[in-house]
Formats: sequence, structure tokens, C-alpha cells
Amino acid sequence: MTTLVVAEHDNAAIKPATLNTVAAAQKIGGDIHVLVAGHNAQAAAAAAARIEGVSKVLHAEDPRFAAPTAESIAALVVPLAPGYSHILLPATGFGKNASPRIAALLDVAQISDIIAVDSQDTFVRPIYAGNALATVQSKDAQKVITVRTTGFDPAAVEGGSATIEKLSVPAAADRVQVLGQELTKSERPELTSARIVISGGRGLQNGANFKMLEALADKLHAAIGASRAAVDAGYVPNDYQVGQTGKIVAPDLYIAIGISGAIQHLAGMKDSKVIVAINKDPEAPIFQIADYGLVGDLFEIVPQLTAELG
Amino acid sequence: MKVLVPVKRVVDFNVKVRVKPDGSGVDTANVKMSMNPFDEIAVEEAVRLKEKGVATEIIAVSCGLAACQETLRTALAIGADRAILVESEAELQPLAVAKLLKAIATKESPQLVIMGKQAIDDDANQTGQMLAALLDWPQATFASKVDIAEGKATVKREIDGGLETLSVPLPAVVTTDLRLNEPRYATLPNIMKAKKKPLDVVKPDALGVDVTPRLSTLKVVEPPKRKGGGKVADAKELVAKLRNEAKVIS
Repeated sequence: MTTLVVAEHDNAAIKPATLNTVAAAQKIGGDIHVLVAGHNAQAAAAAAARIEGVSKVLHAEDPRFAAPTAESIAALVVPLAPGYSHILLPATGFGKNASPRIAALLDVAQISDIIAVDSQDTFVRPIYAGNALATVQSKDAQKVITVRTTGFDPAAVEGGSATIEKLSVPAAADRVQVLGQELTKSERPELTSARIVISGGRGLQNGANFKMLEALADKLHAAIGASRAAVDAGYVPNDYQVGQTGKIVAPDLYIAIGISGAIQHLAGMKDSKVIVAINKDPEAPIFQIADYGLVGDLFEIVPQLTAELG
Repeated sequence: MKVLVPVKRVVDFNVKVRVKPDGSGVDTANVKMSMNPFDEIAVEEAVRLKEKGVATEIIAVSCGLAACQETLRTALAIGADRAILVESEAELQPLAVAKLLKAIATKESPQLVIMGKQAIDDDANQTGQMLAALLDWPQATFASKVDIAEGKATVKREIDGGLETLSVPLPAVVTTDLRLNEPRYATLPNIMKAKKKPLDVVKPDALGVDVTPRLSTLKVVEPPKRKGGGKVADAKELVAKLRNEAKVIS
């Protein structure tokens, strides 16, 4: 029994989500291979080989993997599939895009967003925005799975010494052209792997007021997120969104500012270790799940809080 | 250009679902059902393409119980031209739905299939990608902007770090993200008109699709409850608690 983990990386380094995915593979048991499909991705492949528990790295090198598409990843993975009992991808934008394409080409079900491994064929996954947890068993010969990163503590980045095998990339005319990417530039930690996350909601009233959160985030080395309401209102870009249809986070500390706490938002952050809520409405549902609630005007409290942190 | 828009009937997004005491699933009896919000965005986008003269016909399709006819009527009221219900009492999982949609797409030969990126009940986020794979069509998921010209779709899509722009030749499958558009409300005259639009019903057998579930649900439970409700008086007390009690900041 061998599991293939399709790594998410930026060619220079392995993304943290890959470590959570390897951790899920460890829970399944058996050998673990990691596929690194990239362009000038030697460093990422080398990093993958050092992850604890990985026995082999498959390194596919091609310019088209500079911006991998679901088509190019599926074309690479599907021919490898017969050698594997499980194929795992992180439940990130990358994994969610490519994984169902792989599963359908193999004529197997995909098990989305698992948060626990019960056995080699049985997994736990949230449904209905996390308001229910379903235990599902797969009858397929191969299990294609996306892994919710917050469900598994990351595998150790050191400790492995896997062999690296070069993979030949099938020549194919790509129908899909990647015209470009506009990435949000930020010195802050990534939302999904930050130890502290500060999120703003509709209560901030406009995009300019999000600046106020930056001073606080700087003090705490925190990432900045937002509720869907704030994204819908155009205060911040969609990649800030925490929730059922945005990013799922579980930091040590989550500070919700001006967020009422709709089900859809709670789905994305309720597994955080400590939750702080700042809201002027004492009845806001966010307070029901907050460890520390502070009722009041965020425009007064946030500067005070920033000052208190020295 | 024909556009196919798959739509799913789901528990309304405002309903807080309850897990059945016997752990067999979620109680959906007597709860409000609606069109999956992402599918509503897909219908709206198709209608806008028609208003721009890009699309000529919009076909809404739903797979599931007879009650999905209501969902299809909603799509017709927003502006779809006709509807197809693939009626089945069986539990339909994403792979089975993708196979049913493939059969419909093969019959109807649309140039574009546009559908929600995920349904808010099973949160699977699979069907569009699977359909694209089965048809051997390109996919552009999580779209926040779609332009169609010269046999190609240029799609801005939401990725984890920002946005990516793809150019995909048609026919293609596009799945919608939140910011693509804001769906209109169906007006009363349009709701009345929708009642007269054609709605065909077919069975999975007639499409030659085996819909047997591949995954069995062993149990469904409520997530562990979080004990919240703690309050602090001011910023000073909050910082003190975070430092000394929760120990999450230094």
C-alpha cells in the first residue's frame, strides 16, 4: 500500500499545506511518495525529500508547471495511479481544482476535505458548513482524497531522506493557456498557516478602515482575513475570505473584529485554539463561540488594543 | 451558442441544519430548500451572456427528486429557456451527477457549461471538474470574471494567493465563485412566464448511467461544541488574559 501526495509548492519551497497532507498520509499508513511537478523546482523536490515519513519523491520538471493547470496535473498523475492505493492533495485552491479531475479520469469517487482518518478506507469530513461531520467509506480500489489542512498537524520538515526520481513529462499540447496571475503582495504570514489571524467584517464599514487592522497585525505578526460580507462589500480581495467557501483556518489565536458570526464564517475558523471577538452588538452570534468577547466600538478598541501590545 | 447550467436543490443557506438523532444524516424534512447559491450565480451569468448576444439558448438541468422541478422553475424565472430534470430517488454523488451531466451535454452539445463551484450541502466542490474530465473539455474553476469571444473563454479565477487568468477554448466547463455577479431576483411576471417554459423529465437509465453510490455514509454526528461566551471588560484585560491565561501572545 502506497500513498501518492501531490505537493503544493512554489518551486523554491514546499507549501505548509503539503506537510498537513503528508501527515494525513502517515495516518493512513504504508509508504508515502510525494510528487513535485514544477519548473526549476529542484529546491522544492529536495525539501520534499527531507519531510519525515516520505520514502520517494517524484520530480517532474517542465515549464508548463510554472503555473500548473488541473489538466497538466491530471495528465501527469493519472498514468501513475495504478501504483498507488491513495492519492492525496491538499484541499487548497490548487488541490480542489485538480483532484476531482484526477478522480473522474480514474472513475473513482473523491473524498473531499477530510479532517480525520478512521481506517484505510474510512474518513471523516465536514458537511453543511461544518455543522455536521460525516464518516464515509470508499468502495473504490483507489482513494482520491483532498485533505483539510487544519485537520492534521504538519509532518516534520526534517527527518526524511527520500530518493528523488526524475519523472518524464508526457508531451501534450496544452489547450488551456495561463495568461497571468495577480498575486496579492504581502509581507505578512499566509492566512492558512499563520499562528495568529485577525479578521475584519462588515463592522469596519469600508476598505480604508482595514488599514487599522494592519497596525495590530504588525504587532502580533498576524495574517489578515475577512468575512464574506466584507469581501462582498468590496472592502478587501476575495483571497482574504475565511469561511465555508473561502479559506479554512485554525490558528492559535483568531481575532474577529466587527464580524457578527454567520454560519458560513464560523465554518472557516471555529477550530481555532483561542477566539477573540470584538463587536458592538452583544447579541452577535460570534460571542457564543468566543473565548474572550469584548463588547464595544471597534474603532475605539482596536487602537487601544494595539497600544496595549506596546 | 448554447449554454448548459446545472443547478442543485439544497437546504437554504439560512437554515441551521440538525443532525438526526440516529446519526443517519441531516434532517431535511420540512426545511426550506433553495437553489444552491453558486448555481444561482451561474444562471445569472448565463442570462447575462444571452443579454449580451453571446448565448442563444440556456438550458437548466437538475439531477434528483421530482421536487427539483421547483429549482428548475426558479432558473427559468431568472431567464433560462428550457429545463431538464434527471429524476432519481437515489442518492446522487458528484461522480454520478457528472456522468448524468455528461450524457445531457453529449445530447445537447452546448459550447459552455457553467455551474456553481460547490454545493452548500455536501461541500464537495467536485462536479464541475469531474464533468470537464469526463467530457475531455478544459475547465476554468472558481471564476470571478468570464469573457467569451472567438471560440474562447477568458476567465479570471480566484486562487489562494490572488487571481489567475486562463484562456480556454470552447467547449469548456466554468465553475462560479462569489464575486462573478450578483444574481437578480426573479420578477413576478417572469415567475409566471417560467411556468409555461418547457421542462423535460428523463431517468438515469434512459441516459445509460449507473448512479450507484461509491461512498457509503457510516454515520453523521454533530461537531464537538465549542464552549464560548467568555467576556472581558476592555482592551487591557483582553491583553492580560491572552498573555497570562491563554498564553497565545508574549
